[in-house]
Amino acid sequence: MIHINALTKSFGSFKALDNISLNFAKGRTVSLLGPNGSGKTTLIKSILGLVIPDKGTISINDKQIGNDWQYRSHIGYMPQIGRYPENMTIGQVIKMIKDIRKDNVQYDEELITQLGVNKISSKTMRSLSGGTRQKVSACLAFLFSPGILILDEPTAGLDPLASEILKDKIIQECNKGKLVLITSHILSDLDGITNDVVYLQDGKLIFYKSVDELQHMTSETKLNKMIASVMRNEHTKTADI
Amino acid sequence: MKTIMKYVVADLIRNKVIVVYAIILAVLSFSVLSIDENPAKGLLSLLNVTLLFVPLISILFATIYYFNSIEFIELLLAQPVRRNKVLLAEYAGLTISLSLAYLLGVGLPVMIISPNLAAITLLLSGFLLTLIFTAIALLIFVLFKDKTKGIGAAIAAAMFFTLLFDGLLLIFIYSFNEYPIDKAVLGITAFNPVDLARILMLLQLDVAVLMGYSGALFKKFLGTGTGSVYVVICMLFWVLLPLLLSVRVFRKKDL
Repeated sequence: MIHINALTKSFGSFKALDNISLNFAKGRTVSLLGPNGSGKTTLIKSILGLVIPDKGTISINDKQIGNDWQYRSHIGYMPQIGRYPENMTIGQVIKMIKDIRKDNVQYDEELITQLGVNKISSKTMRSLSGGTRQKVSACLAFLFSPGILILDEPTAGLDPLASEILKDKIIQECNKGKLVLITSHILSDLDGITNDVVYLQDGKLIFYKSVDELQHMTSETKLNKMIASVMRNEHTKTADI
Repeated sequence: MKTIMKYVVADLIRNKVIVVYAIILAVLSFSVLSIDENPAKGLLSLLNVTLLFVPLISILFATIYYFNSIEFIELLLAQPVRRNKVLLAEYAGLTISLSLAYLLGVGLPVMIISPNLAAITLLLSGFLLTLIFTAIALLIFVLFKDKTKGIGAAIAAAMFFTLLFDGLLLIFIYSFNEYPIDKAVLGITAFNPVDLARILMLLQLDVAVLMGYSGALFKKFLGTGTGSVYVVICMLFWVLLPLLLSVRVFRKKDL
């Protein structure tokens, strides 16, 4: 579904992405992991066309994105920080995004009811807490049931109940054959959701493996243990050299 | 583009700053116009208010608003829409709201108390100044990554056009007063939208004393009619150039 080839992006002298090549297939949930500043958000933003890469190509459904903009109708995006015009109500924000994406009239409003966003739709965005804004962002990402879902730190700031609802929704959509890309620092939240792990560091791809493979390699069951174990091995390997 | 613009306007007309801006303008206009018996004098005072406040408020408010909307603009750009449409919709929404505030705040009192051609010219120059300085704010927004630097640049730009430019022009006139520089001065005024607005208004009011050097030159060389048309065209260029430049820069901007 998404095909990334030799993607490179620098901000000044800082290399945010260094020759990254990746393939993401349908029906998978891929976690993008890595320390702060490792290039996760830059990768996501490149796919969305918010960041313009220096080199390399990105194709979505076999079409190179370039200057095209229509491909974004296949994508639902939940940003890390959701900030909306202060005096708009939740209802207006949802209505507005619906108006913008007029090509799609089949709405998936399951999350809106499950997260209780429909009950507070007349509240203005200014009066909302960070967590409630996250809920609105989540609803918007899933609203058009797009083929690709890109979630940047989706569970940060959500209460446990909302975060469980969101996780169930992610699994459900993935089983329907959608591609879900998630970045998160809370590895325990990704347990049981994710199929594949992409690990980035300093803009370089360290590994891209499925959870089964990782489990086999490290004989651990928890994702955070697996990652820690792999990273320790990588570390000793480089130390040996 | 219309959709986004509509929602931006809906957000902005409930913005406290815009509402207060309109109210202050209205109070000022009513009081200034009712103090003096001579409506031309009142309009002149309002012209000075317009020339000082409209550029400053427009550019500052717009710059802050653009920078505060970065995350929202990102979200919009993640939808299937063109980049330049999002940018121009934000611009249009802001301009409509700020002009509405100006036209209600100054326009309503002026039209009630002394409705004439000079009053319409005043409103036109205030409206054009709003368009121009919101466009310059847009250019600042796409050029700067950092909000604080952006606001600094906005203040610097407003100060340059409202205060510094005239000083520089005076120095120029003094240093070269032995040469025939009349036409050159005419050309240089085109580089300052605030001067253009002042001249546009003064060509209508017959107060040659208050016109200053460049204003008198305009009247002498171009007359009221041609002079006004020339000024309006120059001002429209001041709207279009920053807008086109912004769209160009924004096409390649990383968010």
